[in-house]
Amino acid sequence: MGHLSRIIGPVAIAAMVAPAAVQAADDVEALRAEIAAIKAEYAQRVTALEARIDQLETTATTAAAAPVEPPPVPAAPARTSSAFNPSISVILAGNYADLSQDPGDFNFAGFMPSGGEIGPGERSFNLGESEVTFAASVDPYFTAALTMALSAAGETGVEEAFARTTSLPAGFSVKGGRFFSGFGYLNEIHAHAWDFVDQPLVYQAFYGGQYGQDGLQVKWLAPTDLFLEFGAETGGGGEFPGTRLGRNGLNGTTLFTHLGGDLGDSIGWRAGLSWLGMDAEDRAYEDVDSAGNAVVNSFTGSSETWIADATFKWTPASSTRRQAFKLQAEYMRRTEDGSLAYDVGGAGLNDSYRSEQDGWYVQGVYQFNPRWRFGVRYDELDPGSTRIGLVQSGDLLAADFPLLLPASPSRITTMIDFSPSEFSRLRAQYAWDDSRDADTDRQLLLQYIYALGAHGAHKF
Amino acid sequence: MISPVRGLCVACALIIGLPAHAAIKVLATTSDWGSLVTELGGDKVNVYTATSPLQDVHRVDAKPSLVARARSADLVVATGAELEIGWLPVLLRESSNSKIQPGAPGYFEISSALRLLDIPTAVDRSMGDVHPLGNPHVQLDPRNIATAAKALSVRLAQVDAPNAAYYQQRGADFQARWQQAMTRWSAQAATLRDVPVVVIHKDQTYLIHWLGMKELAAIEPKPGVPPSAGYLAGLVSRLGATPPRMILRNAYNDPKASDWLAERVKAPVVLLPFSVGGTPEAKDLFGLFDDTLRRLQAVAR
Repeated sequence: MGHLSRIIGPVAIAAMVAPAAVQAADDVEALRAEIAAIKAEYAQRVTALEARIDQLETTATTAAAAPVEPPPVPAAPARTSSAFNPSISVILAGNYADLSQDPGDFNFAGFMPSGGEIGPGERSFNLGESEVTFAASVDPYFTAALTMALSAAGETGVEEAFARTTSLPAGFSVKGGRFFSGFGYLNEIHAHAWDFVDQPLVYQAFYGGQYGQDGLQVKWLAPTDLFLEFGAETGGGGEFPGTRLGRNGLNGTTLFTHLGGDLGDSIGWRAGLSWLGMDAEDRAYEDVDSAGNAVVNSFTGSSETWIADATFKWTPASSTRRQAFKLQAEYMRRTEDGSLAYDVGGAGLNDSYRSEQDGWYVQGVYQFNPRWRFGVRYDELDPGSTRIGLVQSGDLLAADFPLLLPASPSRITTMIDFSPSEFSRLRAQYAWDDSRDADTDRQLLLQYIYALGAHGAHKF
Repeated sequence: MISPVRGLCVACALIIGLPAHAAIKVLATTSDWGSLVTELGGDKVNVYTATSPLQDVHRVDAKPSLVARARSADLVVATGAELEIGWLPVLLRESSNSKIQPGAPGYFEISSALRLLDIPTAVDRSMGDVHPLGNPHVQLDPRNIATAAKALSVRLAQVDAPNAAYYQQRGADFQARWQQAMTRWSAQAATLRDVPVVVIHKDQTYLIHWLGMKELAAIEPKPGVPPSAGYLAGLVSRLGATPPRMILRNAYNDPKASDWLAERVKAPVVLLPFSVGGTPEAKDLFGLFDDTLRRLQAVAR
């Protein structure tokens, strides 16, 4: 034993030294006392050491018996002032446009103007909308996000500002505030995530780009392996094709259902059917009558739209080539029924109005290389049948409503984009646009999109 | 003959009894965690793996089918450390399932149990796809698997309390088998110490760290950034002075860049499974390491 030799050592030395130092009995006595003292001291030390060993052994056993906890995650220093700040994401976008027709007289022949973001925009270099999003959890029950759009002219708009529940049971979620409606496929998707510079014609003509709602949305997701979602929304209905109503209550009801799943390992799909119904009160638009006078006409009545959408996305699961192909199509049919007032500030004629119009697009985007994509889109609008009471009664001519004269807007769009990273994209788009009842507008658009800061994941 | 009353009783018992016997539903983001959950949960868990081993887990679509699986999941097992940041948050949000939201017992991040490597001191997007919380490709160090498995066993017992004893026993059994396998792997790994290698992306860091290999260079100049011709030329001349013994390619990587470099620096490309299912031999987590070591040794010898 280690500690025994430690005692024997000094004792032996003392014993050897002792005989040489035998001079007097006093010395011997003194030595004996010394040795006794050393003995006692070492015995004490040995006891202390043994106690320590025992103690160590016990601790080791307890440690082994206790369940091993995962190493604690190193605690970040408490940055109380900023730890709860919402995440910030900024999108910068802009383009260069070369248009063969004057963008100032853009319209959809045969359709009441939606007054929103329609057409290819201005010529030459343009700053697009800069988007700023703040998002965070509110508390254990809600998350919230605010998306502001800063226009090139310096106007600030609230694109979305909503809170949604995170802890409702049974697959329910509720969203309230201002939000893009969940109908169809593209409506909810923000501009920076579009596959083309602009929205399909049908979105521009029917909603002025995207349909937003100040209101409430309830969604329920079925507990099935097949994706099955139902949603309902209602609100103030202030956006085209509705208007604010001069009374209490709700306007603008949306009902939608989406179904989705996989076809094999590599294809994901989603299809949906939606309905949008609302009322419009004095929904005004500007036109030029047959005599060449600028007039303001307005529609009052109901507007209902059916929307069918389908999307397929192929991403080979068993290949290292980062390829993908996305095919999507949407069809919309709108019925408006009510009355149309002609020249509201002047003549003020008013009679019945009914239109059944539809539009659709189909687009395919092929990612042939991890950073490159190529896409083609075909758009069509059908003005369908429009009955204007004032024309049928003979009070006015069809030419007094030139914007409503039947035509068949259509467009073919091609695009190629290059994404150096997930956060930047450069795109070239060329379109042959027959939206107007005039010559084809040949549109070349070169676009950039940059994403800064926290960047939320994209939907399917 | 079974009397109608007795039959009804049996039927009732079956119906009432079902929830107690039903396996809990687990959504694993990768095949590795799917395999680990199967090891630890046995027939008490019903595992769905969100991605294929040949997919790049950084870039996955939040497919409707995945949202549907997340909706009814009792537990989500993710890598964490922002590896799945491009798609998992959407799944969790769209699932409307409060059980699996971050912070809830039904949300488990493997990386939360581990000490991560490569934690950057400063982050900026100009540095490429840097992960501010550290390198999330943790599965290629078997010690990480052992540590994560302990934490995951505890979590399974928490989420499915009636079967806690089962998970504890199964977890202990797995740990014993894993320790045994680790002893074997460590013995095999001795020959790989200090072997100089070139990687594609910084996702073999844990493997290299565990085996004590030497990472000479990465084909990507920055994480997630494809190399330019100039960078590759520089890499070739740099590696001319200190040639690598091998170039490591994960099963999910496009072979182009590694093959190109292999030809110029006269080093073989070693295809590694990277994840369970990445090669036919890597059938489970044990197979993942058996096959990885076998492939490395075949070249290092």
